[in-house]
Amino acid sequence: MKSTEAQTATQEKQKPPLPKIMKQTKTSDKFSKDYEAVIGIETHVQLNTLTKAFCGCPYNYGSPPNTSVCPICMGLPGALPVLNSKVIELAVKVGLALNSKLSLNSKFDRKQYFYPDLPKGYQISQFDVPIASGGYIDLDLPVEFGGGHRRFGITRVHMEEDAGKLLHSENGSYSQEITVSPLPKYCTTFYCVVLCFQEYKLPFSCLIRFKYQSYDLCVDLNRAGVPLLEIVSEPDMRTGIEAAEYAAELQRLVRYLGVSNGNMQEGSLRCDVNVSIRPIGQAQFGTKVEIKNLNSFSSVSRAIDFEISRQVLLHSQGQGDQITQETRLWEEGAQKTVTMRKKEGLADYRYFPEPDLPGVILTKEYVNSILDSLPELPEVKRRRYEKMGLSMQDVLFLANDVNVAEFFDATIAKGADVKLAANWIMGDIAAYMKNEKLTINEIKLIPQELAELIASIKGGTISGKIGKEILFALLAKGGTVKGLIKEKDLVQIVDPVEIEKIVDKVLSENPKQLEQYRGGKTKLQGYFAGQVMKLSKGKANPELLNKILLEKLNAQS
Amino acid sequence: MLATLQPPRTLSRFPLYLTSRPVTLCTLTAQSPPSTSPPHSQILSIRHSLLTRQVTAAQLAESYLSRLRLTEPHLNSFLHVSDSDAVLRQAALLDQRIAGGEDVGPLAGVVVGVKDNICTADMPSTGGSRVLEGYRPAYDATAVRKIKELGGIVVGKTNLDEFGMGSTTEASAFQVTANPWDVSRVPGGSSGGSAAAVSARQCVVSLGSDTGGSVRQPASFCGVVGLKPTYGRVSRYGLMAYASSLDVIGCLGSSVADTGILLHAISGHDRLDATSSKREVPDFASQFASINLLESKPLKGLRVGVIRETLDEGVDTGVISAIRGAASHLEELGCSVTEISLPSFSLGLPAYYILASSEASSNLSRYDGVRYGNQAVADELNSLYGDSRAKGFGPEVKMRILMGTYGLSAGYYDAYYKRAQQVRTIIRKSFKTALDENDILISPAAPSAAYKIGEKIDDPLAMYAGDIMTVNVNLAGLPALVLPCGFVEGGTAGLPVGLQMIGAAFDEEKLLKVGHIFEQTLQNCRFVPPLIEDDTAW
Repeated sequence: MKSTEAQTATQEKQKPPLPKIMKQTKTSDKFSKDYEAVIGIETHVQLNTLTKAFCGCPYNYGSPPNTSVCPICMGLPGALPVLNSKVIELAVKVGLALNSKLSLNSKFDRKQYFYPDLPKGYQISQFDVPIASGGYIDLDLPVEFGGGHRRFGITRVHMEEDAGKLLHSENGSYSQEITVSPLPKYCTTFYCVVLCFQEYKLPFSCLIRFKYQSYDLCVDLNRAGVPLLEIVSEPDMRTGIEAAEYAAELQRLVRYLGVSNGNMQEGSLRCDVNVSIRPIGQAQFGTKVEIKNLNSFSSVSRAIDFEISRQVLLHSQGQGDQITQETRLWEEGAQKTVTMRKKEGLADYRYFPEPDLPGVILTKEYVNSILDSLPELPEVKRRRYEKMGLSMQDVLFLANDVNVAEFFDATIAKGADVKLAANWIMGDIAAYMKNEKLTINEIKLIPQELAELIASIKGGTISGKIGKEILFALLAKGGTVKGLIKEKDLVQIVDPVEIEKIVDKVLSENPKQLEQYRGGKTKLQGYFAGQVMKLSKGKANPELLNKILLEKLNAQS
Repeated sequence: MLATLQPPRTLSRFPLYLTSRPVTLCTLTAQSPPSTSPPHSQILSIRHSLLTRQVTAAQLAESYLSRLRLTEPHLNSFLHVSDSDAVLRQAALLDQRIAGGEDVGPLAGVVVGVKDNICTADMPSTGGSRVLEGYRPAYDATAVRKIKELGGIVVGKTNLDEFGMGSTTEASAFQVTANPWDVSRVPGGSSGGSAAAVSARQCVVSLGSDTGGSVRQPASFCGVVGLKPTYGRVSRYGLMAYASSLDVIGCLGSSVADTGILLHAISGHDRLDATSSKREVPDFASQFASINLLESKPLKGLRVGVIRETLDEGVDTGVISAIRGAASHLEELGCSVTEISLPSFSLGLPAYYILASSEASSNLSRYDGVRYGNQAVADELNSLYGDSRAKGFGPEVKMRILMGTYGLSAGYYDAYYKRAQQVRTIIRKSFKTALDENDILISPAAPSAAYKIGEKIDDPLAMYAGDIMTVNVNLAGLPALVLPCGFVEGGTAGLPVGLQMIGAAFDEEKLLKVGHIFEQTLQNCRFVPPLIEDDTAW
């Protein structure tokens, strides 16, 4: 799982709030208390199967265009889809994790429309019998947003395939130069050149291009046929924060389950949001607007807040009828939504059962075996951490990232004190990870050694100060606590006889100071303690040291 | 070869006279060609001749190629003929292996024609459509790959109605194929090229595809054996989809044994086709007993049901009497023949045209000019699609896309597609019942023999009605064997009539056994077109 660049909701929220740039917000603020927003989300999760949904092509984000394609995902004549059974397994996992009802007898359907990135002219999807329906997801709102537990309904989960991507640049505006000869004349864009280049290597023509107005469009079919789960929520969210947290919880869930990297920037997790408003108390929904192009949780939250303000303003000005069913695009730069396309009535996708694929039949045993294999899910983990006595802030931090949570769990499984383990992880370890831009899986420290470290400090083998020193050595270079203590000879001296010897030595070497002390200059105790500590290389147990030193200093000689 | 009618050679494989053998004379017309010998297996003769070094694969290939060159200008059965050097090279390679004592596959030296909607990596595959003119696939269809692996030599791509949509091969975007029995007549369709090629001995066997009768009806029209396997028996990978839930790749040959051997070669589960069956493939060849080993009543106890609805109004009287003759012949062979009724039979045609068109409208969406095939120059996305498809598809295909799009549209889905699926279930059940009570069902393969080119081209409903005998079998997914059983008047030497035998799912074995005995015992029928010299008994 690539979680290096993986943003999490919690991390995002720690950013300072963006300056208010929406003039209309102020105007609509005084009306907003009279209206309620209704928000539903459609999420597409890209499953991290080794190969695509219906063929043997691997999918790697960022590969050069059309290098991971075959007759099947290119939709060549005569090619047939064969379902990757791993897709079912991952879908069942998600369905179970969302507390949904699984259809033991589902099927695939064809959703038909023409678009250049859709090679077959239809998308293999599920229509009237999704693999899972109903269900809910539980989450805790972050403390800084007032906290609180929420349960949002899930309408359905279904399996489908992803489409390719259109690549385009205006005629002649590309600047890359690759000399390949002979290059066909129509190769005017960089991607076309890349494609042409590959045409020589691939066994079949994969040069996919077409002219459209002043554009030379190219289609990259690497992503075509990659398995997706579409997860549709009930319209249960009321604010941008709730929606963003819903999305973040889904991301957490798929990462906990290991079914997707859930990365929004790569498009592994994509949210389309439906927003409508209605006067408080009204049961009927208002006209909904769909928002696309949401590439982060914060854009989900801000786009919704903007859209709510926009709709409230229109309502309050008596222009509620101006809200039409449409798809709007979130513009990150301008921080606003703009019309992308008005709904041209209901699209007719002419769904019908996919005749090339047999029905998807799940046995109870199969479902049970997957149920048994499910890991502890975020909600259960949070409730468990809460019961352990951790604060909600700590709970949310630790449970946010599955790897951090696993690290924490492994540490306490080795007997470490819960609060101390949490503090180490959230404090010095988190700071180190942040500075070094490492994930918890990349640091050299292992849970067992963190537990050992905590125990060593608690048991008095080493001091807290030396503990920190050891921690940073472990984080950077690994090794064991015991080994480091031995290597650097850091074991605390707790033997009174040993300490007494050192004290005696210091006293005998400093007769002048001893005389002064005994003459009443008792402040010199600190001096003697420092000397003893120095001589013991910092290893003398401070309490014993002081006790023995005082005894000796005050003894009548 | 062409226009030289020679007396057939006397074959030693199948003794002509066996006193105990039941004999039925097939319906003779004044024009029926004189005949005494039952069909022989070209594949088995070729294998025998090659292994006993009586002939080389190169000589064999050359002889088929030269007949192909002679006959092709009159027939137009091929859209693409393989480069003869390449064919001869493959044959020479086989000869080397045989000379070296190596094992060669059961199809070694067998010259095969492949319907042009089945992908072949090294030659054009157009599906008979402008939209794929010049398209060369990246891969071999599974059936083609298997044929090649077993030593078969693909000699060319045969003509068809565009994407398999038609019953005459007139709907090909490129050429009209003639019936070798009478070149003014259609060879049937959509596998008209494959049937004509086998009939004219341009190749030994050929692959066709059968969505609603496209192997069986042309087999009937051209007097050859056509086998539509059970849905799922043969991988569809590489077959350009017309109606995925009905499409099967089928076999055409000049004898039951040849189609059986070809079926065996291409059958079996394919991990590239999720609808292909994992059932074991029996060794069909073991069914082809020599007739001198047969008892007097070799089919004793076999229950044969004659489907009453197929011998009704609208069926040519000549065809009816040929089928009745075939029924008596089966009785002679020991079968108990009864007439049965399939009340849902007439529902098959409308259900078929709704389902097939619906699936076709979806399957043909990929021909958009974006990735392959001909692309129109357009300023706007919709016209890019519209123009590419308007120019690429012929009228029959367009009509079916429109019908199918309509049938799947919101508001019509329940009335058309869904209802047709319900009919399909009823049909499947009624066949199941009939086949529980009978071992095989028989019917004509088509309501008439081959008709004139152009005769029905402007009357699509009349043409669609011609599929009545075959579409039910596709809806039920069952196997069916069509073999010539007689003649009706027409042409210079009469026109062949095909008998359809329908079996239970995955019981091709029984059909082949019955078909083989039927064909070997049928007297006075020689299903070689009059102008073709059958010198294929090696």
